[in-house]
This record gives sequence, C-alpha cells and structure tokens, in this order.
Amino acid sequence: MKFLVCVSKTPETTAKIAFSGDGSQFETSGVNYIMNPYDEWYALVRALELKELHGGSVTIINVGPASNDAVIRKGLAIGADNALRVNAEPNSSLYIAKQIAEHAKTENYDVIFCGKESIDYNGSEVGAMVAELLDLPFISFANHLDLEGNLATVSRDIEGGIEVAEVETPIVVSAAKGMAEQRIPNMRGIMMAKRKPLSVVEPFDFADLSVPVHFQLPPEKGGCVYVDGENMDELVRLLHQEAKVI
Amino acid sequence: MVLVFVETKNGKFKKAAFEAVTYGYKTAQVLGTECVALTIGNTEGGGQLGKYGASKVYQVTGDSLNSFDSQSFTSIISEVAQKLAAQVVIINHTSTGRSLLGRLAVRLEAGSVAGVNAVPTNNGSFKVSKAVFSGKAIATYEVSSPIKVLSVMGNAIQPEEIGGEISPENIEVNIPNSKIRIKELKTEEGIVPLPEAELVVSAGRGMKGPENWGIIEELADVLGATTACSRPVADTGWRPHHEHVGQTGVAIRPNLYIAAGISGAIQHLAGVNSSKVIVVINKDPEAPFFKAADYGIVGDLFDVVPRLTESLKKFKAS
Ligand SMILES: Cc1cc2nc3c(=O)[nH]c(=O)nc-3n(C[C@H](O)[C@H](O)[C@H](O)COP(=O)(O)OP(=O)(O)OC[C@H]3O[C@@H](n4cnc5c(N)ncnc54)[C@H](O)[C@@H]3O)c2cc1C
Ligand SMILES: Nc1ncnc2c1ncn2[C@@H]1O[C@H](COP(=O)(O)O)[C@@H](O)[C@H]1O
Repeated sequence: MKFLVCVSKTPETTAKIAFSGDGSQFETSGVNYIMNPYDEWYALVRALELKELHGGSVTIINVGPASNDAVIRKGLAIGADNALRVNAEPNSSLYIAKQIAEHAKTENYDVIFCGKESIDYNGSEVGAMVAELLDLPFISFANHLDLEGNLATVSRDIEGGIEVAEVETPIVVSAAKGMAEQRIPNMRGIMMAKRKPLSVVEPFDFADLSVPVHFQLPPEKGGCVYVDGENMDELVRLLHQEAKVI
Repeated sequence: MVLVFVETKNGKFKKAAFEAVTYGYKTAQVLGTECVALTIGNTEGGGQLGKYGASKVYQVTGDSLNSFDSQSFTSIISEVAQKLAAQVVIINHTSTGRSLLGRLAVRLEAGSVAGVNAVPTNNGSFKVSKAVFSGKAIATYEVSSPIKVLSVMGNAIQPEEIGGEISPENIEVNIPNSKIRIKELKTEEGIVPLPEAELVVSAGRGMKGPENWGIIEELADVLGATTACSRPVADTGWRPHHEHVGQTGVAIRPNLYIAAGISGAIQHLAGVNSSKVIVVINKDPEAPFFKAADYGIVGDLFDVVPRLTESLKKFKAS
C-alpha cells in the first residue's frame, strides 16, 4: 500500500509571535520551527503503523523552501521511506494543495494523510482541497483508521461526538488526536534518514486567490481584576453586571 | 448574492446556523446585495432563517442527504452557487464546514478564508480577518477571485433578528451518490459541544485526580456550561479526550471561560485566549494564567469552586 503524508513546518508552540512594524510580515528571527504536531504525531505515525501491518511505503511531501529540509529529515528519521519537497514559498492553502495534487495524481496513493490543521494558519483547508482536486472522498478529523484490503473504517470527531464510517480507498484523511501515539526518532533512525531519498521538484505556476496582507496582535487584556476567594457573590455580580456574560 | 449553507443536526438548526445567516446578511449589506440560505437534507423550520437575515431559503431534500459527505455536499452547494451566481459562499467553521471549505474553494475556483472572525470590508478590495497562530495574532486576508468562500468562527457574531419568517422553496439539483457509508453515530445528547458552548468550566492538574471532578460538574451544571480540561488531564485519562482544549485540542471562544487548577501554559492559552471573559482560580499567585485573565481568584479551588457554585445558585434563584 502506498501512503502519502503531507507535512508542514510551523513555529514551535511556545514561539513568541511578532510582526514587522508595518504588520506585513511575520517576524521569523529567533523563532524555532517544528513539524506541525498533527502531521508528526498522528498522520505520520498512523501511516507508519499501517505500513508495518500491510506493507508498502510511506512518502512525505512538503511544499516549502530548502530550510524545511530539517523538518522533512525528522520525518524520515521517524520512519518514512522517502520524501519530496516542492521548492516554493507558499502563500496560500490552495497553492499548497495544487502542488500536492499535481504530484499525487500520477502516483496512485491508497491513503493521503494530512494533519487536522496547521497550528500557524489554522485553516484545515489543504486536505479538503487535495481531496477535491483528486476527486476523492475526504474524512476530516479522523481519530482512528483501519484498513482491510481497500476497505477503510474510519472514526472521526464531530461536534459533541464521533462518527464511524466505511469507505473504499483511495481516500484523503486528516488526522486528529487519538489516531496514534507520538514516536521519538532513535539514533538508528536519524542515521538512516541521512541516506533516504529526499527529492526536490520545482512548483508549477499558480496565482494565489486569497493571501494574508496584514498581521496584528490581538487587543491587550485590560489586566486582571482580583476577587477575594471568600466573596464569590462579588464575582457573580461582576460577571452579571460588568462583564454581562451570565 | 451571498449564499449561506446552513448546517443542521438531525434536521434541526443550532445557534451556529443563525450566526452564519446573520453574518451572510451583513456581508450582503457590505456588497449591496441580498442573502440567500440553503439547507440540505430533511429539515424542520427552515423558514425561521428569514428572521436572521435570509431573504430566501432554498432547500435540497432527500433521505440520502441526512448524513454528511463532503463530496456530495460540495457538489450540491457549488451547483446552487453557480445557478444563483453567488459572489460569496458562507459556511460555519465547524467540523462539517471545515471539511467543505477547501473543496468548495477548488470546485468554485474561489479564494477562501477559514474561520473568519469579523464581517468583511469591500473598499476597493475584499478583505476579511481571522485569528492565526492559534489565537496569538489576527491576520487580514485579501481575496481577489470573483467568487469567495468563507467559514465563520463560532461565536464570532451573535444572531440578530432582522426580518420575519419566510417559506422555504425547493431547488432542483443533481444529487450525487455518497461513497461514504456511515456505520455509527455516537453523540452525547443534551450537552452543548465545546466549539459551540458559550459558557465553559475547565479544570487542570490542580484537581489532583478524576474522583474530584464532581465540584466542576456541579458548577457547570448550575451555569449550564460545558466542561473542558487541560491536556495532561485528558492524556492521563482523568477526562475524555474531546474535553481537551488548547493548541493541540479543541480551540474555543466562549463568552465565559472559567479555569480552575490550570497553570495557563502558552499551549493551553492558544486554544482559549479568544474567550470573551476569562476567570482563573489558582492557588499560586504567580500562575501565568492570571496574565490572560479578566477576573482572578487566588485560592484553593476545593474551597473556591463550591463557594462559587453556591453563589451562582443564589443568583439563579433570585
Ligand atoms: C507541543 C505541545 C502542545 C501542547 N498542547 C496543549 C494543549 O492543547 N492544551 C493544554 O492544556 N496543554 C497543552 N500542552 C501542555 C502544556 O504545556 C502544559 O503542560 C499543560 O497545559 C499544563 O496543564 P495544567 O495547567 O493542568 O497542569 P499544571 O501545569 O501542572 O498546573 C496545575 C496548576 O494547578 C494549580 N493548583 C494545584 N493545586 C491547586 C488547588 N488546590 N487549588 C487551585 N489551584 C491549584 C497549580 O498552582 C498549577 O498552576 C502542550 C504541550 C506541548 C509541548
Ligand atoms: N506547506 C505544506 N506542505 C505540505 N503539506 C502541508 C503544507 N501546509 C499544510 N499542509 C498539510 O495540510 C494540513 C492542514 O493545513 P492547513 O490547511 O494549513 O490547516 C497540515 O496538517 C499538513 O498535513
């Protein structure tokens, strides 16, 4: 079975978010980058587990510049067989999805995995776009995926519950918590990753339709009003009369 | 024309549906046009969408449409959007909406913005904002395509009564067969799901163990709130996974978020800092959460939480 895992690079979860003075650019200096947690912990690991069960191969794809190679190598160290980087500085989800679909359309992947969302732009768009571009079913926010032949049984998070569905592969799946347990790369994995193929291809042209043009930090909080722990009547009064939330 | 696809659950409309329609109405005003609502599946009471700003309600009915499939719903919404020459298509930023948005963008060759938090502006160019970096910043997007698709973040706008009831009309479209077979649906009845909840009571490792959660549940009960927790609490199995809020859990933006025994790590804040009002209960006055709080109580949660519940009971009874 052939698995493709779409992997994005995101600022580390504790990164301080700042922008250039005119708000046009994200300030990248001093920011550490990681593999998007949903892609690393859930999508990639479940793809590896399914390969271990059913045989086949796991390919990583990233649309990004050469500085993303470290994150891709980490994916190879965790266990992916090979990787592809589309050499671009993407500005929109649609641009990314078009590049991924361009690669995937001739490769006959059984399952294309992506993460629930990237923790920087929080779109959860790329997976749905890839699915539509390839005319495949899409299971979003999957917390479990089993395969038997070409029959996939998938459980997905919906508001206030879980939905279990069956669908024939090929499919696109976005992975949420519960799908797998994080794997830490070991020394052997890291050594082997250096020799695994990471090919680089150039993107095809696509003009963005929707791009961020300005960034700002959220309005500052007015500061915390402390309430005496003995006097919860006062808190209730504040929530009712001042904050008007109850 | 602005087209709003209105979600239903078991044929019924939830508050998010009315939010989307009011958002659609306001977007239509910005563009100087009207707002039309679309429902899919067998629904009850579609006419009330008129109250929240729809000048027409179209429905596509059929038993096969009672369960959701992003592929067939995309086909239906796109066909209606093209038939009616929609300029903007609006959906909710729910699990359903999030699996539709990207598909609709591709199908309609539309620029998309996921999780918008304010009404767009259209002064020379179409712009709309959303939270990015898990709530740590706000970005303004410019959408240049003739047709645009937006998903609206829950609680970003309150439903407003704008018009009156109208009668839904049927609209003819091609209904594709779904390739997905739903086997089982497990939902918790009677509880407002976290992403939609307006009031949330949340607790962390300060609770010491799952056996102590009674005081949190009682507080939530009195308030009519939904319960949530920090990640380690869900990871150790003290609470179910779907209660985990934060950067790697559910992102929420309720009107009121009460956090007891949670330190306020940056990854936790990332999922809750868009809440309108935050109340923090922590025995450590140095807990980072107080910096993000509107109201803070320095104290032992095992004393403070039951006391708050009692005060709320009194308030509710008065
Ligand atoms: C990549 C990554 C992603 C993450 N994603 C998330 C996420 O999505 N959500 C999330 O929550 N965390 C997330 N975390 C974990 C996060 O960093 C914190 O470890 C976690 O939020 C801490 O949980 P806590 O506040 O419940 O526990 P602790 O940090 O242990 O805090 C417990 C608090 O309770 C207080 N307390 C103890 N006893 C009492 C008492 N009797 N009365 C009052 N107060 C008391 C203490 O003073 C303390 O402040 C993530 C971490 C990483 C690395
Ligand atoms: N630049 C990228 N290259 C490859 N995959 C990506 C990229 N950006 C996002 N993805 C995938 O799409 C998922 C959803 O991202 P997003 O739509 O940005 O929330 C991520 O979890 C990744 O699996």
